[in-house]
Amino acid sequence: MSNDRDIAILGVGMHPWGKWGHDFTEYGMVAARAALADAQVQWKDIQYVAGADTIRNGYPGFVAGATFAQKLGWNGARVSSSYAACASGAMALDSARAQILAGFCDVALVIGADTTPKGFFAPVGGGDRKHDPDWQRFHVLGATNPVYFALFARRRMDMYGATAEDFAQVKVKNSRHGLNNPNARFRKENVIADVLNSPIVSDPLRLLDICATSDGAAAMVVCSMDFARKHLGNTDGLCRVKAVGTVAPTYPQSVLELPDIASDSTAVVPAPARKWKDTIAFAAYEQAGIGPEDIDLAEVYDLSTALELDWYEHIGLCAEGEAEGLLRSGVTTIGGRVPVNASGGLACFGEAIPAQAISQVCELVWQLRGQATGRQVEGARVGITANQGLFGHGSSVIVAR
Amino acid sequence: MSETLSRVPIIDGWFTDDIDAPTLIGAKCSQCGTFVFPPRSSDCPNPNCDSITLDPTPLSRFGRIWSYTENCYAPPLPYVAAEPYEPYALAAVELAAEGLVVLGRVATGVRAVDLKVGMEMQLELDVSHRDADHEYMVYVWAPATPGSEAAQ
Ligand SMILES: [Zn+2]
Repeated sequence: MSNDRDIAILGVGMHPWGKWGHDFTEYGMVAARAALADAQVQWKDIQYVAGADTIRNGYPGFVAGATFAQKLGWNGARVSSSYAACASGAMALDSARAQILAGFCDVALVIGADTTPKGFFAPVGGGDRKHDPDWQRFHVLGATNPVYFALFARRRMDMYGATAEDFAQVKVKNSRHGLNNPNARFRKENVIADVLNSPIVSDPLRLLDICATSDGAAAMVVCSMDFARKHLGNTDGLCRVKAVGTVAPTYPQSVLELPDIASDSTAVVPAPARKWKDTIAFAAYEQAGIGPEDIDLAEVYDLSTALELDWYEHIGLCAEGEAEGLLRSGVTTIGGRVPVNASGGLACFGEAIPAQAISQVCELVWQLRGQATGRQVEGARVGITANQGLFGHGSSVIVAR
Repeated sequence: MSETLSRVPIIDGWFTDDIDAPTLIGAKCSQCGTFVFPPRSSDCPNPNCDSITLDPTPLSRFGRIWSYTENCYAPPLPYVAAEPYEPYALAAVELAAEGLVVLGRVATGVRAVDLKVGMEMQLELDVSHRDADHEYMVYVWAPATPGSEAAQ
């Protein structure tokens, strides 16, 4: 499948996820060099660097594109730096893609890396910032990120009959998927009892239902189809970015989303028929000219086990309320019809915010090339990623070959 | 309440201090009539409306649980946790008239096990924490009193 909005993914690379507390640029450089080597492109030939920002590492993190261009050695490439919380990597890819499709550059490096603190994420910035909704939700309510994950989990239980065992089964599945992934931080097979015996953090979610925060880095080299043709002689079998859906909500955002204290009002304008998180993947499907039935695998944001189930519905793998059934039937396990999080997902990686959305795309590339040793989805041709960044940043990328 | 402590809201302007029947203070657009919480004085969020002015308005005291949870560990600062820490529940409550879902702490002593999606709740005030001079009050959701407006 091809159209005139395709760009090629020439190379991908990662630094393994872990928790070392090193300078985030160390990880990023490993990922960048791996992606350049995989692409067989020289750094000096890169024309654009799209960095995904980290906001917990001072100024260099806020200007990630420049930080990595400088560390690789200023080569005249233009730079951009994107922040969209968990969707930052997709926004960086979107920026590189727009530059390439507009003809402003031919080949770009997309990169994100992070070092993260232990424990709960607290609001960024410090001090009493009484007008900042992020400060307000912590101070007035104690509404941590797991609180929001838990609200969605509890709804699944009370509305659709999800059980703690269903949530645990997501962790079990993903722990098996990631067992042989060399970039995963947690490579230990979990059984249901491991999850059910872990302490409750935000009821009903337990420690092993909630993803950790990690250090890590991911990068990719993307280019125009013309550049790919000249570089490789042809474009046969190349992975192509078919769509990048970076979708913000449409008023009224009727679902209470992290970090809001209240939803928008539906008193005057009724809630849209398709709610925000349902629009993210569907915007990507529309761009790519395909539908959920064409998808061979998906990498979705399992910030919690229960949120993975929500994503089955948001990306159209099943109707609302049917995700538990899909999970139980094995459809989303490797060997099933549409494996979800074959990489092991956040359950095995933990979250390295600016790298995570890029790492999802890296996994699709390895899967579509048949290089996902130990976790290969056989015959995969089309994959989708989906995630959500705080403050209304949706991201969904479709890759096909 | 200690007589030496002065009672102050944890945040200004979000709720009334009527201890028997407190209400949240939202904002209402003077032009299109949509509601906003937390309150603000300007800029209607409805993209079809160009009104700049929002007026303070009391919100319904009663609603139904959209979802709920319980914090088993103390949240980080700027949440001020009591010592020793006691787990507490939070609920997102749907206010029918305003079409809003509002997240709040749940009254002390009411735990997640006591809650259910769809349950009727009412707004109350509770002590969040104290310092040497102040008792900080916060709005909380509590199961609606039988015979209340919500239960009818
Ligand atoms: Zn208005």
